[in-house]
Amino acid sequence: MIAPRDKLGRPVVVVTGMGIMTSLGAGKSDNWAKLVAGESGIRTITRFPIDGLKTTMAGTVDFVSADPFSSTALSERMAELVTQEALEQAGIGAKADFPGPLFLAVAPVEVEWPQRRELGRAVGQQDITYDDLLRISGGGKFSAYHHRFMFGSVAAYLAETFGTKGSPISLSTACASGATSIQLGVEAIRRGETDAALCVATDGTVNPEALVRFSLLSALSTQNDPPQAASRPFSKNRDGFVMAEGAGALVLESYEAATARGAKILGVIAGCGELTDSFHRTRSSPDGKPIIGCMNKTLADAGMTPDQIDHINAHGTATPENDKMEFNTTSAVFGELAQKIPVTSNKSMVGHTISAAGAVEAIFSLLTLEHQRIPPTINYDNPDPTILFDVVGNKARDARVTAVMSNSFGFGGQNASLILTREPA
Amino acid sequence: MIDTPALKPGQTEVWITGIGLATSLGEGLDANWAALSEKRINVDEKGFAPYIVHPLMPVSFDSQIPKKGDQRQMEAWQRIGTYAAGLALDSAGIKGNKDILSKIDMVVAAGGGERDINVDSGILTAEAKGANAPGFLNERLMSDLRPTLFLAQLSNLLAGNIAIVHGLGGTSRTFMGEEVAGADAARIALARIASGESDIALVGGSYNGERKDLLVLYEFGDFNLKDKFAPVWARKDHPGFALGSAGAFLVLESKAHAEARGAKPFAKLSSVVADLAKRKQPGDMTATLEKLWDKLPRREGKGAIITGATGAEPATSDERDFLKNHADFPVRSTGTVFGHAMETQFPLGIALAALSISRGALFPPNDSTGTEIEMQGPPTQIVVVGAGHWRGEGMALVEAI
Repeated sequence: MIAPRDKLGRPVVVVTGMGIMTSLGAGKSDNWAKLVAGESGIRTITRFPIDGLKTTMAGTVDFVSADPFSSTALSERMAELVTQEALEQAGIGAKADFPGPLFLAVAPVEVEWPQRRELGRAVGQQDITYDDLLRISGGGKFSAYHHRFMFGSVAAYLAETFGTKGSPISLSTACASGATSIQLGVEAIRRGETDAALCVATDGTVNPEALVRFSLLSALSTQNDPPQAASRPFSKNRDGFVMAEGAGALVLESYEAATARGAKILGVIAGCGELTDSFHRTRSSPDGKPIIGCMNKTLADAGMTPDQIDHINAHGTATPENDKMEFNTTSAVFGELAQKIPVTSNKSMVGHTISAAGAVEAIFSLLTLEHQRIPPTINYDNPDPTILFDVVGNKARDARVTAVMSNSFGFGGQNASLILTREPA
Repeated sequence: MIDTPALKPGQTEVWITGIGLATSLGEGLDANWAALSEKRINVDEKGFAPYIVHPLMPVSFDSQIPKKGDQRQMEAWQRIGTYAAGLALDSAGIKGNKDILSKIDMVVAAGGGERDINVDSGILTAEAKGANAPGFLNERLMSDLRPTLFLAQLSNLLAGNIAIVHGLGGTSRTFMGEEVAGADAARIALARIASGESDIALVGGSYNGERKDLLVLYEFGDFNLKDKFAPVWARKDHPGFALGSAGAFLVLESKAHAEARGAKPFAKLSSVVADLAKRKQPGDMTATLEKLWDKLPRREGKGAIITGATGAEPATSDERDFLKNHADFPVRSTGTVFGHAMETQFPLGIALAALSISRGALFPPNDSTGTEIEMQGPPTQIVVVGAGHWRGEGMALVEAI
C-alpha cells in the first residue's frame, strides 16, 4: 500500500492525464515513437521568408492551423489540443467542468507583425507613425486584436472551454515556465486548496521577430544545413539552441482523490524546486550556486538523496554555456554519480520549446518511467570531452528508471527542477 | 476552493511590512499620502492627445538603481518597478540584508512587450513606400533592433532586474494577464506564507502608461479615455481609462518572521480571492464580485473599499451595481487618482489600504458624482477590489493589527 502523504506529511501529487504536441507530431504515442527512434522535428522554416536570417530552421508545429494566424493563436490551439488529450486520459470531471484551477505557462503576448502591417495598410499613407496607427485603431474595426493580444487571453479561453475553477494563472518564468506551471499545481494540491489542477504549457512563437531577438543575443544555432543536425546538446561543436514550438498538459491530482475515483496513476511529482540567479540577465552565475541550490532544494522537497535519481532529463539546450554549466552543477550535487547517471536532452530532437519545455520534458520523463526506456540525445557524434555525463547518445537505451530529475533554466535567472517517480517515494 | 479566504488551523497570519510606491503623484509613502490628502491628480492631457495619461512623477533612478549599466538594460516599465521594489525593501528594513534577501520569494505581476516605436514606424513606412523584398522585415529587424530591447520585452525580466539590482536570491515567479495578475500574485504569495511554504515575499508590479504602443492595443477595444479628464465614476457617457505609470511593491511576511526581526507592520493581509466571470450577460461580473465578497472573512470593523475600477464599460457599471449593495463602505477609486496601471493596480490598492490603516484615516474622496463619501475615524478593514477592464476579478481584505 502506498501512503497518501509524503515524508513531509503533505498530500502526494500524482499525474493522471498527459497531452503533448511537438514538432514531431501530436499526442503521446506519435511523439514517443519518434523520440525513441531518434527522429528530429527540426526543419527549414517555411512559415515566413527566411532571407536575411542567420538561423533558418526551427521545430515548428505546422500541422496545426490557427486562423487568423498569430503566435498567440497557435499557442492557444496547441494548448487546447494537448489539454483535450490529457483530460481524455484522466477521465476527470465532466465535459467543460474540470474540478480545479488552471496554471498556464505561456509566452508573453504582444501585437505581431502581420497585425501591425494590417494597421499600416489601414493608415493608407506612405509615412506612418504611431500617431497614425492610433488614429485608425479604434471604432471597432480591430476589436478582435484587443482580445487576441491580452496576456490573459489564452488562459481565459482555456478556462472557459474546460471549465477550470477560479482565476486561471498565466505565468512566465522564461524557459522554466513549464516547470513552474507544474510547481504551482503541486503546491495548490499540497496546501489542500484543491484535489486536482490542470497544468498547461504552450509556445508557438516561431515568428521573424522572436527568431531575430534570440539571434541578436547569439543564442541560436546557425548550423542550418541539414536542419536535423543543428541541435547538438553536449557535443563539442554545439553552437546554440534551436527554437521550437510545442505544448504539454498534465492533470495533477492528490493521490487520495485519484485512487478514490479509480484513476490510473501515470507517475508522481515527487519534488519541485526553484532558485533565482541574480548574477546576470542571460548568463548563469559562474560558480553555478543558484543551479546547485535549485537541484538540492528539489531533492530535499522530494525527501530524496542523489543516489536515488537514476536518470536526468537535462535542460540541455546545446548552447556552449548551458551544457557546460549543467555538467558542472550536476557534478557538484551528484558527485561522481553525475558521470554514471544516464542523461539525455530531448531538445536534440524537438528543439527548445521555450515556455513549454518544462512541461514537455516532464511528460517525456514520465513516458521514460512508463516505458523503462530512455530516449536518445541525437547528433551526439563529437562529445565535448569536458562534459563527462553518461549521455544516452544517438540510440535509445533500455534502463531501470525509478526517479527522473528534469531541469529547466531560463533568462532572468530562472531555475526550476522537478523530480518525477513511478511510485510515491 | 482555490482561494485563501480565511486562516485555517495551522496557518499563520501574514503582515504587510514594506510598501514601495513610485507613481504619477510622486515617490514614497509621504509624497503619495500628501497628494492624496490634498486631492492632487497628475494628468497629461496634451502629450498623447487626444488620449489622457497619468505620467510618472520624475524620480532619480540612481538612488535605487545605482549602476547606469543596469538602467540601460531596462526600459521604463522595468526601471519604475525595480525602483519601487527597492523602496519596498527599504520600507521593510531589509534592503541589503543578505540573509533575508537570499531567501525572499518574489511574485511579480507584469506585462511587457515594450516596443521601439521608431523601428516599427520605420519598417511600416518603408513597406508603404514599396519595400517588399521577402527578406525585408528580417533584414530591418536584424539591423535595427537593439539586442537589449528583448530583455525589456520579456515579462519575467522585471523580476530578473529586481533580483540583479537588489540582490534577491530566493525564488521568482511572474504572472501575466492584465489586472487580475496583480490579485493572483498577492493571492499565491499569501497562500504560500500562510501555509508555511514561504516566510517572506516581495509582491507587486509596475507599468509605464506613457507608451503609444499600449494606447494602440487598448484603442483596438476603444478603451482609452479621450479629450477630457473626469473621475472614474463620472465617465459613464464618456467611458475609458487613462493609462497611469506606477510601480507598487509590497513586502509580505509571516507574523513570526516579522516579529523575530522586530519589523513594524502597516497592516495584515487577511485574504485574497479571485475569479473569472464569464461576462456574457449584464450582471455576470456583479454576481462574481458578490461571490468574492462573500468569501472574504466576516467584516465587523469600520470598513472601506479601495477599488481599481477602470472607467471602461460595461465593467464599471457592473461594479457600481456591486458597490451599491455595500453602500455602508466608503469607496475610493485609485483609477481616478493614479490612472489605470493594469497589472499594478491591485498591488497599488493593497498598498493604499495598508497605508490608510497605518495612518489611521482613509484618504479623502475625489469624485464629483457622490459615489465616494467622506469617512469618519480610522478604518480597520479595507476591501481592495480589482475588476479587469475585460476579464478577471480579484478582491483582498486588509486589516488593522
